[in-house]
Amino acid sequence: MKKAATADPAGARAHARAMSGTLVEAMPTIPAASARDLPEGVDGASVLWDETIAGGGYSSRRLSRGARLQLSDLRGDACVSMMVFNAEQPVERLNVADTLKVQWNAYLGPGRLILSDMGRVMLAIIEDSTSGHDAFCGPSNARSLAASSNHGLANGRDRFVAAVAKHGLSARDIHPCINWFKPVTIGEDGSTRLDVGPFAPGRRLTLRVEMEVIVVLANCPHPLDPRSDYSVTPVRATAWRGPPTPPDDPIRNATPEGLRAYLNLEDYYRR
Amino acid sequence: MTGPTLVRDEIVPARAPWSCVVRRGQRLRIIDLEGNQAVDFLLYSLGDDTERYSAQDTIAAQRNIFLRTGSVLLSSQGAPMMTITDTSVAYHDTIGGACSCESNTLRYGFHTKALHACVENFLFANAAYGRDKRDLVSNVNWFMNVPVEADGTLGIVDGISAPGLFVELRAEMDVVVVVSNCPQINNPCNGFNPTPVRMIVTE
Repeated sequence: MKKAATADPAGARAHARAMSGTLVEAMPTIPAASARDLPEGVDGASVLWDETIAGGGYSSRRLSRGARLQLSDLRGDACVSMMVFNAEQPVERLNVADTLKVQWNAYLGPGRLILSDMGRVMLAIIEDSTSGHDAFCGPSNARSLAASSNHGLANGRDRFVAAVAKHGLSARDIHPCINWFKPVTIGEDGSTRLDVGPFAPGRRLTLRVEMEVIVVLANCPHPLDPRSDYSVTPVRATAWRGPPTPPDDPIRNATPEGLRAYLNLEDYYRR
Repeated sequence: MTGPTLVRDEIVPARAPWSCVVRRGQRLRIIDLEGNQAVDFLLYSLGDDTERYSAQDTIAAQRNIFLRTGSVLLSSQGAPMMTITDTSVAYHDTIGGACSCESNTLRYGFHTKALHACVENFLFANAAYGRDKRDLVSNVNWFMNVPVEADGTLGIVDGISAPGLFVELRAEMDVVVVVSNCPQINNPCNGFNPTPVRMIVTE
């Protein structure tokens, strides 16, 4: 009888090593400097992170002040739930309520700021070719997927649990999130209206990183998505080095509330 | 048949924190004694406090940002924690969050940093249970009015409550209720004048 190729360690090693170099759609580019199809003006040497996250997948990354993070909705049906932590002291985190309330607006789009619970700006939206996002509905969970007959498939809540654990955090650290790429608007009676798409491929969102952060991304169907075929397509996350925000930046100075969020941030980084 | 039994009946002073265990099946009535007093409100499962109120799960499940009679307050695991069995106010808020010293500096200026705020109350009330800032999430604001206009403009505006109006909740699991009787004086959420509220638990 022929011995199976992986019956002993040497065979298993050879089998494992033969997989090297396999390319799939959802994977990181390692080294990141070899990333292709970069945004105009971005050279490979400045790339910090390039990873395509599958539908149902997740990832997380520490990013530094000044970095740009671009999310590309490659096929037009991504739904990226995002949490953000201060990397130095993760007890400071995204506060969705403050983000909306301080800016007097329910909808995220170009020029809007993502605020922490300590009165500081974490991220700024510097480019956005989408028709909107969702700051109200949170990640999908086992119950919301079951309601659309997608029983047992990966949900945003569980992805968050795994993602934060890799940074020494736990369920207690899971906070209200933002869902990028799936617009939810509010009716006069308070009703939520989801525009589920799918949309044209290639929609892009670029965030400027204002604070040392850990960004957590889970790409799972929206909790209000009625489709029963687990419809969610890959998202590409690409980050590159950039300069910190200068004092004359138009987004920094756009509103008195936003300016104070930058002033608080700059005060925090006086060292 | 006998009527409901009184478990607790307390006045929460203006600006103060408050907390209470409410057992499954018990009812909590919150009375806005003097009118338009925001009551910031969080819930934790008594058995496992990593399960806590989730504004986003609640909004997604009922497909509406306003809390009204019949609204079910859901946990981070999507389980019912409390149900609004009755309220004499048209709707309540759960998108506005809690005021904090830090967010006050953005909203009103750096001079407001030292003013008392709901996050301070939440931290103090939660400390008695071994919880800390990690455990704070988006809360309910009873008696607070936060409309969203067609273009997305939102804000805390003049209240739609009045003296004696109430909300009554039924606990669907054993919960710890944590409250900040909002001390904010820079917007209309308390009519610029924080006042006491009454808490009645019955079974």
